[in-house]
Amino acid sequence: MTDSGTRTGISGQLVKILVLGVVAALAIWAATPLVGAENWVGLGVVVVVTALIFYVYLSPRRLPAKYLLPGTLLLIAFQLIPVFYTASTSITNYGDGHRGDKDDAIAMIQAAAVKEVPGADRYLLSAAWEGENSDDGRLVFLLTQPQDEAYYVGDEEGLATLDPSTLTVDADGRIVAAEGYTVMSRGEFNANSDAITAFAVPVDDGGIRSIGFDAYQGISTRTYDGSCDCITDTETGDVFVADNDNGYFIADNGSRLRQGWQVNVGFDNFTRVFTDPDVRGPFISVFVWNMMFALGSVLFTFALGLTCAMAMNHDRIRGKTLYRILMVLPYAMPSFAMLLVWRDMFNPDYGLLNQLLGMELNWFGETWSSRAAVLLVNTWLGYPYMFLICTGALQALPKDTLEAARLDGASPLQSFRSITLPLLLVALTPLLISSFAFNFNNFNAIQLTSAGHPFSDAAGQVGDTDLLITYTFRLAFAGSGVDYGYAAAVSMFIFTIVAVISGISFARTRKQEEIYR
Amino acid sequence: MRMRSAGIAVGTALALGLTACGGDTGPATTDESIDFDGTLVIWTDEERADSLQAVVEEFATANNIEIEVNGIAQDLQDAFVTASEQGEGPDILVQAHDWIGNLVQNGTIDPVPLTEEQQSAINSDALRAVTYDGQIYGTPYAMENLALIRNTELAPDEPATIEDMVATGQDLKAAGDVEDVLSIEVSADGNPYNAYPFYASGGGYLFGMDESGTYDPSDLGLDQPEAVEAFEKLAWLGEEEAMKTSMGAEQAIPMFAEGKTAFLVAGPWAMNQINTAGIDYEISPIPAFDGGEKATPFVGTQTFFVASKGKNKAFAQEFVTDFITGTDLATKLYESDPRPPANIEAAAAAGASDPNMEKFLAAGEGGYILPAIPEMQAVWEPFGRAQAAVISGDDVETAVEAAAKAINDAING
Repeated sequence: MTDSGTRTGISGQLVKILVLGVVAALAIWAATPLVGAENWVGLGVVVVVTALIFYVYLSPRRLPAKYLLPGTLLLIAFQLIPVFYTASTSITNYGDGHRGDKDDAIAMIQAAAVKEVPGADRYLLSAAWEGENSDDGRLVFLLTQPQDEAYYVGDEEGLATLDPSTLTVDADGRIVAAEGYTVMSRGEFNANSDAITAFAVPVDDGGIRSIGFDAYQGISTRTYDGSCDCITDTETGDVFVADNDNGYFIADNGSRLRQGWQVNVGFDNFTRVFTDPDVRGPFISVFVWNMMFALGSVLFTFALGLTCAMAMNHDRIRGKTLYRILMVLPYAMPSFAMLLVWRDMFNPDYGLLNQLLGMELNWFGETWSSRAAVLLVNTWLGYPYMFLICTGALQALPKDTLEAARLDGASPLQSFRSITLPLLLVALTPLLISSFAFNFNNFNAIQLTSAGHPFSDAAGQVGDTDLLITYTFRLAFAGSGVDYGYAAAVSMFIFTIVAVISGISFARTRKQEEIYR
Repeated sequence: MRMRSAGIAVGTALALGLTACGGDTGPATTDESIDFDGTLVIWTDEERADSLQAVVEEFATANNIEIEVNGIAQDLQDAFVTASEQGEGPDILVQAHDWIGNLVQNGTIDPVPLTEEQQSAINSDALRAVTYDGQIYGTPYAMENLALIRNTELAPDEPATIEDMVATGQDLKAAGDVEDVLSIEVSADGNPYNAYPFYASGGGYLFGMDESGTYDPSDLGLDQPEAVEAFEKLAWLGEEEAMKTSMGAEQAIPMFAEGKTAFLVAGPWAMNQINTAGIDYEISPIPAFDGGEKATPFVGTQTFFVASKGKNKAFAQEFVTDFITGTDLATKLYESDPRPPANIEAAAAAGASDPNMEKFLAAGEGGYILPAIPEMQAVWEPFGRAQAAVISGDDVETAVEAAAKAINDAING
């Protein structure tokens, strides 16, 4: 093994040092904010991964690990973690109105319910520490009522008047210095925002609270009581009791407070997929079209890509490079923009297609024209990929086999069917399966063109060109706010479907490979 | 406002002077730049970031702090909610008011108690828009609503009714002067924002109000028989080819600007394109159907919010309640980014130099405040779907029933 160093040569060593240097730099870059946020778990992961990379690549041994490590790390980062995260989200009610924890929700409910006492005075506020030259005394409010030029000090007990002769005030009347107190600067005031905004000087009606560098008299209309785990609204008298299974406060009359919290709901989201008639009802029809779309996309792109590749592979064609560049163009352009351009070309009144062809067809208005349109667009976008891989595979085919077939008198079609295609399929089937899996969830191809149109059923929720992914996207995002938990549960279903189909296909491919071996 | 800023400046100078003299009158305040080491962060959409940065400098100078205005290119609300959740959000958010409900239910914005004086300086519609659950949640600075813009060369007279407008448009089209009856963005999914004035004139409404003036999600206008009548009106507009699902954002404003349509239903955001095109135009309220209700557009506001999870809450609150509420400031905001001001005096001043502003404000007067309750999210798609269906000739009753069912399911589900 000692000669491996000489074999890789000096440039190899340099590349290795360079890459490991980049890894070290990345690790330090990632670790700095983690240390700042005191995220020790995250830091541990960074350290372990970096150590592992150095361990594997600095050693002259462990050759297989050198090849496997990058792929494995990327697999974990971009496949396993998202799947794990989706799965763990799918058993919660995480979404709008259920994002934080319960304490957060209670704090927000109480903060949102502080109302200004009508007609009460406003004050100019200076926050201060009790005691001279202090920065950790008791927090007090030094208040100026500008109209009467009255000055007060407010603490947890209440308000007391201040003798103006002990004070220094600015042009507005705001207290900037006071005997016995250390007045905060605006910067210090701001730095202590949390304590100051949470502070209230009790007065007869409510409390004096800060708003910016002013103070107002506010009264809290909703207060949390830990003993009954409930929130009482003093204005209406409603008592909202915590529902810890669903993560919100609910009153006897069924009304609930908007601010909820995230809870674990077990398999509720999954049962909802089965029991919700809006999901269950159209599932089969959407699924059938979804299969047609994915299979059709693969079939058409492959057929067109292969045809072009075979034509371009012919020896007698001139200007091959130019043609090849032209064919790859759709692949080189951003698909987002292309999809939108296609959508506009299909516009029934102003679109290029109808104007060129002199038709008045409402492309996305009829089931089959809409399906044809999205397949056409997807074929156009997808065939360059197939063209590229087919070109590569064709050039790798053994020339002597084809030559032998020709000498044996096989027609071009015969040799294509019996030799070229089977040999190509052995090499390309895994790619066709991955293309199928990609198109099965090709959200953009539908959402940016037909957007599911036409919608024929009465509820207007299921479009004839909807894929499972676009349909469930609409379901999860159509309510009063986004429901990530539910969306995650639905995507787990789609994930399962795609995984099963791909698994079966791969198993079949293996058998096929054995036949041709 | 200027007085107050001056006061603050004097106060600061005084405090600095005291420290500089080594005054034994007490520790007083120290140089503020020393103990404020952060930056007040404001998030808004990309288009507004630059114009805002210039205006906020005044506050930065007066308080001796740094202010950073970040333009968020995509999904400002989502970005804000997610960032707040992670504790990485800004101190102040600037955006339309209709997400208040969602922002409140996620605990991301604080109420801002404005004084009576501050409130009375603001357009009452704008103030109603930012009031949610009986609390004011932000300081509105600009108003947005639809109006009817017409090409005065093609259509010199203001149409008295929608029928008049359609007839004029059809005559012009028959004569070959224009290509379409009316420019209004619909697109295949419908556009409830643009359809609403016509729906309202037909007798429909979205949500009823409870006693406190908050929209009541259990009182859905689409459940009422009037909704069917209103949608019949939309179906009629479809029949007359005044509303077409083929007309999207790529067509509506550009076609009007190119003189291919005589009428356009749009908001202040269209003016840039129209002024550039250099056509003669006039802005008026959207007319009503003959014998119908007033065609009230949605009224929206652009608003400054205090982020609950911000790190510089004192400065943020001071900025939103005290700094931004002044008339001077409202005028400056208008000058750097001309949108009809929500501040009454600033609007009058702006109207003097740019009559369009007043015309847009007049078109929005008494409009329907764009509901900020989270349930509104459930309305957009089914309503638009029903609109698209009826103007394409589908059965009105079925479409309205389906939309009402979809909305109710989403709200209660």
